[in-house]
Parts: sequence; structure tokens; C-alpha cells
Amino acid sequence: MTAKQVSYTFDSTLETVNNAEAQAGRIATEAGFSEDDVMSISMAVREAAVNAVLHGNAYDPNKKVMLAFNQDGKDLTILVRDQGKGVNLDAIPDCLAPENLLKQSGRGIFLMRSLMDDVQIHASSAGTEVKLIKHFPGAAGNFQEASH
Amino acid sequence: MSMKASTREIDGVTVMDLSGRITLGEGSVVLRDVVRDLLSKGKKKILANLADVNYIDSSGIGELVSAFTTVRNQGGELKLLNLTKKVHDLLQITKLYTVFDVKDDEATAIKSFS
Repeated sequence: MTAKQVSYTFDSTLETVNNAEAQAGRIATEAGFSEDDVMSISMAVREAAVNAVLHGNAYDPNKKVMLAFNQDGKDLTILVRDQGKGVNLDAIPDCLAPENLLKQSGRGIFLMRSLMDDVQIHASSAGTEVKLIKHFPGAAGNFQEASH
Repeated sequence: MSMKASTREIDGVTVMDLSGRITLGEGSVVLRDVVRDLLSKGKKKILANLADVNYIDSSGIGELVSAFTTVRNQGGELKLLNLTKKVHDLLQITKLYTVFDVKDDEATAIKSFS
């Protein structure tokens, strides 16, 4: 089947987090994922968007968050890219370590990895790109191509 | 849907009924404010009823952890009641299910406070 793509560019605001989550939920639903998978996908996208807005772009009004969905019949792949300084993955503590269990933050990437089939994170001085992948359990889904 | 919170008193325990989403922003702030308000009034036995909390993100989890440690540091107890499956699963995978004292019956939970 032909790959389907849709992408969005958002400001670095809290509203973006909600918008990203909503778009992910809509597209995953239209693609035919189960209710549980839709929730997992939308939650993972929310976590990636939170990191992009808060930690990546640090609410900078001059920096944008790019959100892109790609559906190729096998996977739904979602890219969340910010224009920050690039996350240092080595500096993120293991949130499951006993000494970190009661820390208030640091669970976002762990949750993304728990909720999706594959998560790839590429960081550079130009920003961080998070690729979230969910495999289709059966037949390919469907959503309308668009660009905003 | 944003989060709503109300409180009621039963046998010296404050039941904090939460509903909606505990997420970054308003939901987390509401939870933080309610817990701070209770502690300022000397109410340190808190049972957070999450039966109507249908969504929680990592920020919300962090806020629950913060509330738990804040109450404990002031000599109190914060327990959780009636987790939805999704919240239960999230606490399981983050290993917080064993940190929190989680109850599924309000009367039993009330009696469990020392």
C-alpha cells in the first residue's frame, strides 16, 4: 500500500501537548488500532510532546515542535522533533532504580518505551527527534492524508 | 476534561475524591494545591480516591509521588483507593504500586489508617 503521511508544526506551549495527544488519538483510531493501543499511542506522543515543549524548546516562542505521522501498512511511525539543545540520554537516571522511585520526574522516556513497540531517540545540537513506532496487529489501517 | 477534586471527612481520614485527568498543567496543580491545603489544616491522613481518574501522564505520576512524600515528611499518610485499570498498570510498570499503599475498598482503607 502507499505510505500515508501527515505532519504538523506547533508552538512550544502546553496547548501543543494536548493537541499532539489529540491528533495521535484520532489518527491511531482511524488507522484501526484497538482502544488500548490508541491510548498507549496517544500517551506516548503526549510524553514526547511534553519533553519537546518543556525540556527541548523550554517554552521558547521562537522554537517549534514538529509532529509527523507515517503509516506504511506495517507500522504507524510518529516523529516528534524539537529545536532545543538535544537531550543527553546518558544523564537521565534509571527511574526504576530504588533510589529514583520517589523522584518527581524522569519517567517520560521510560513510559514511551513501555507503551510503544520501538522508540528511537536522536539528539544533536539542533534538537531532539523521537521516533515512536507501533506495529499494526493485523490489516493495515487508514487515515486521510493532510498537511497543516 | 480537566481534573476536579473534592474532599470529605470520615473517622478522621480525609477522602480526596479526584476525577478527570492528572496531567501536566492544571490537573497536577489542582492535586498539589488540595494536598497543601489539607496539610496546612493539619489533615495528614489522606485517602486519594482515583476511581474517576481516567488518565494520568508522567507529570501526574510525579505529582502523586510528590504528594506521597510531602505528606509522609510531615508525619502523615497518603494512600490510594480504587485505581482504574490504566492507572493501576502505570503504577505497576513504574514500580510505584509497591511504594503506594493501594486499597480497593473505602471502609477497609479508612480503618487502615493508624
